[in-house]
Amino acid sequence: MKFNSVSSLILATFVLALTGCEKSATSDQNKSGELVVRIGASAPLTGPQAHLGKDNENGTRMAIDDANAKGIMIGGRKAHFELISEDDQADPRTATIVAQKLVDNKVSGVIGHLNSGTSIPAAKIYSDNGIVQISPSATAVAYTAQGFKTAFRVMANDAQQGRVLGEYAAKNLAAKKIAVIDDRTAYGQGLADEFIKAARANGAEIVAHEYTNDKAMDFTAVLTAVKGKKPDLLFYGGMDAQGGPMAKQVKALELKSKFMTGDGGYTPEFIKLAGKAAESTYASLPGVPLDKMPGGKEFEKRFVANYGPIQLYAPYCYDAVNVMIAAMQKAGSPDPAKYLPSLASISYDGVTAKIQFDEKGDLKGGAITIYQVQHGKWQPLATMGTSTTAAH
Amino acid sequence: MEIFLQQIVNGLVQGSVYALVALGYTMVYGILGLINFAHGEVVMIGAMLTLSTLTALLGWGVSPLLALPLSIIVAMLGCMVLGYSIERIAYRPLRHAPRLAPLITAIGVSIVLQNIAMIIWGRGYRSFPQLIANHPHNFGGAIINDIQIIIFLLALGIMAVLMVIVHRTRLGRAMRAVAENQHAAQLMGVNINRVISITFMMGSALAAVAGVMVSANYGLTHYYMGFILGLKAFTAAVLGGIGNLRGAMMGGLLLGLIESLGAGYIGDLTGGFFGSNYQDVFAFFVLVAVLVFRPSGLLGERLAERA
Amino acid sequence: MFSFGKSDQRWIFWLLLALLLLLPFLTDALLGRGWVRIVDFAMLYIMLALGLNIVVGYAGLLDLGYIAFFAVGAYCYALTGSPHLTQAFPVAFPDGVHLTFWIVLPLAALIAGGFGVLLGAPTLRLRGDYLAIVTLGFGEIIRIFLNNLNAPINLTNGPQGISRIDPVRIADVSLSVTQHIFGVEFPSVHLYFYLFLVFTALVVFVSHRLERSRIGRAWMAIREDEIAASAMGINTRNLKLLAFAMGATFGGASGALFAGFQGFVSPESFSLMESIMVLCMVVLGGMGNIAGVILGGVLLALLPEVLRHSVVPLQQALFGKTIVDPESLRMLLFGGALIVMMLYRPAGLLPSRLRRRELRGDEAAAEESVYDVTH
Repeated sequence: MKFNSVSSLILATFVLALTGCEKSATSDQNKSGELVVRIGASAPLTGPQAHLGKDNENGTRMAIDDANAKGIMIGGRKAHFELISEDDQADPRTATIVAQKLVDNKVSGVIGHLNSGTSIPAAKIYSDNGIVQISPSATAVAYTAQGFKTAFRVMANDAQQGRVLGEYAAKNLAAKKIAVIDDRTAYGQGLADEFIKAARANGAEIVAHEYTNDKAMDFTAVLTAVKGKKPDLLFYGGMDAQGGPMAKQVKALELKSKFMTGDGGYTPEFIKLAGKAAESTYASLPGVPLDKMPGGKEFEKRFVANYGPIQLYAPYCYDAVNVMIAAMQKAGSPDPAKYLPSLASISYDGVTAKIQFDEKGDLKGGAITIYQVQHGKWQPLATMGTSTTAAH
Repeated sequence: MEIFLQQIVNGLVQGSVYALVALGYTMVYGILGLINFAHGEVVMIGAMLTLSTLTALLGWGVSPLLALPLSIIVAMLGCMVLGYSIERIAYRPLRHAPRLAPLITAIGVSIVLQNIAMIIWGRGYRSFPQLIANHPHNFGGAIINDIQIIIFLLALGIMAVLMVIVHRTRLGRAMRAVAENQHAAQLMGVNINRVISITFMMGSALAAVAGVMVSANYGLTHYYMGFILGLKAFTAAVLGGIGNLRGAMMGGLLLGLIESLGAGYIGDLTGGFFGSNYQDVFAFFVLVAVLVFRPSGLLGERLAERA
Repeated sequence: MFSFGKSDQRWIFWLLLALLLLLPFLTDALLGRGWVRIVDFAMLYIMLALGLNIVVGYAGLLDLGYIAFFAVGAYCYALTGSPHLTQAFPVAFPDGVHLTFWIVLPLAALIAGGFGVLLGAPTLRLRGDYLAIVTLGFGEIIRIFLNNLNAPINLTNGPQGISRIDPVRIADVSLSVTQHIFGVEFPSVHLYFYLFLVFTALVVFVSHRLERSRIGRAWMAIREDEIAASAMGINTRNLKLLAFAMGATFGGASGALFAGFQGFVSPESFSLMESIMVLCMVVLGGMGNIAGVILGGVLLALLPEVLRHSVVPLQQALFGKTIVDPESLRMLLFGGALIVMMLYRPAGLLPSRLRRRELRGDEAAAEESVYDVTH
């Protein structure tokens, strides 16, 4: 085998870059003798959902900055929190690599991941290494159904949210014929399926079930098919990036039915993208409206001042960090093996909800609020409990 | 019936978008035999440039009637420069390299452009302002609005202009010569570098126009929007016969119709077994079927041989 | 620049082999356990690249949908080793299907090979870029089917994916738990490394034998000039199908290993971008050259992770602060690296001997023989 100069140069550069890689951090103590607590965060920071991922990172960062400013004491020592933020690109394989990296960096806990598809495989790695994982936004039921003691979430899952939405559509909005579109992602499909179950249980008929994908911009074909079935209400299971343009096209096609979406559509982006067509759209978000929660208004003001408008899940990240820190304080140690039991039994007042976990790691009996766009802004309509139907 | 008509309209509009992008693809392929993976990103950059220029001009108080055409021209110029640079930097050195090398570079360029766009214009979806009054028109129950009509007419118009250029001008003759045989063309005094660069610039200008029309129609731009569009346009170009201008137009419209009608009627046709979630599958099946019977696409290929 | 004599070569060979066997431990000590996992994924990519090398490198068939076979293999493994079938068809499979590794792996590879023939058959008349778009289409079709086959019968669980997949179990030893062998501690990622190493070696061996066989020569004839090859009496149809099938088999095998390793499969992992990445590895490394393809696989699998780890500290060192978002910069540099590498080495980093001969021109190359006629 002959190596010539160019190949050698390329290989040499590569090896050099490898040496530039930082080895995992391991020290527990920083210069001033404070207890260093590392908290990991993972979300898609590049790719189509990057705006939501960055929002997650910002919420987490703000919580950590607040905690450092407050001078939290854990086990009698002043704690200094560090954020290690990673990009998982919403890809399951990258998520496992990121998870391993965070584990190697000896984090005390992880806020992540954003998507269900990434949280599920990563959960195994965290569980194998005893690291606590709190997801602020993964809603697939499978995430906590795997039976890992270290997996938690601070948001209602698809089953809970879909149930509330379906009930509201069939009962409160009196929709008899409902059409459903989902975006064929784990989130959209999961939510839509639960919505359908609940809507049917409350007497509505599903006249159409159409599909799109999470990168599409044109929905005229499926919307026209839906229009032919003349529904009272159209439910979209998916994110704001599609929901917004879809609402616009609904109006353009003169499809006269109410438009409803899940928490993925409850963003300022949705209103921006849908323009005038956003008016009267319904959406839901687990938790109670921020300005009705203690500390909620203040959180919003400070967040907007530092990072701009809240995209979606930043408040949940904020709560996730704080509930983790609260558990650490209760147990007197940042070691996950020690504070895990405290976390499992904790009762914490966050800005999104009163946080308590059930035996699976799901949020116990959370509330879900239905919102509607009125005069170009999201306004809360009603808050409903989730513990209405059968055991799961 | 009106639903069927609406689906046809949807298909034709979507198809015109594909055709606009496919025309650029096919021109470059005809001359260079290169799948320009980066073409979709040039479309996206065109849309982004228009958006930025528009925002700036409107901010300075320029009237929308003047700002819009000005922004489009700026975007076209910007994309022409971009297209020229891409050709010079990434493709020209590889003209005599093994066939797959420029494909990989094209992929690299695509990734670079996407990330540059993300850095400059941010990660989120940016809404595109609606400046021209967009009136809906009703034809027998099917609704089409002004922008969509413009897109359709624009695609046809551009195809006509391109055909005139390719078949009735000296430049066009040079392009056809280079497409046929580069060495012979050079011997006949054609400056192939110049012809190739001009072709690229024309394709890129077209891409900018396509980008603007797509953004205006859907009201948004996003740094990722070029990738899928480029892929669909490539499919359309292949369907019609790559290298063939009329083929690109036809392939685009046909693909749009297939997708629309497929999404609308698969469910009914298969009794609910397959739904609109298989619309892409449907489109690809049709593509495979066409290629099995006509391996060079519907209208054959080559910029040079057939129009 | 460097030239090695015969005895030097043998010495270097044993040194490299020792390094390879100790790699997980060395990596763990020098860079951390996360990198061992990254190396494991790199091995899977190498297997994929070697499989695609047969299709693209040997037979010259441009396949842009190769990841479909990886997906098929992964799902085969997932279906036969997880609670999914029990949940979906509780009547038919009350206890679930949990076949042993030694049945599942060949089964997955075989089924993937079958798909290779199935997907290759309609493409036999197509050339070049038409073949590319059709194979791309097939790759997407497989992914869409996997994403949607959760109704009316739940075969693949749709976008939710299949989780709780059994880890690989060899002779009752589970690879997902730390094992102690001869007193040495082998963490799970190390165990998987050795498993993947064995299979990669197998794939390399088969590729090498194929390259030097009549089949390999026939493929190269088809690649260079199909009409001439056909005129020489080569059954191009069967050989093309064989190329697709063999490539697909390797893809399926690595897919099955992937499912066991990750414990979770979902259609998101099998996107078009992945197919393109594997193609880049083959072309960048040197189409048709096994060593080149391995090198391409290693570089492209490790590069994003190297960039992930080095982009922030590098910026800190150079500019004192982070100017550009590390995430965007990382992918930007990756794309730039692809462009630069192709501009400087358009035939790949380690081109095959045939390619090198073509590039150098006929006089010097006429002396050299590309194939050993006596074997």
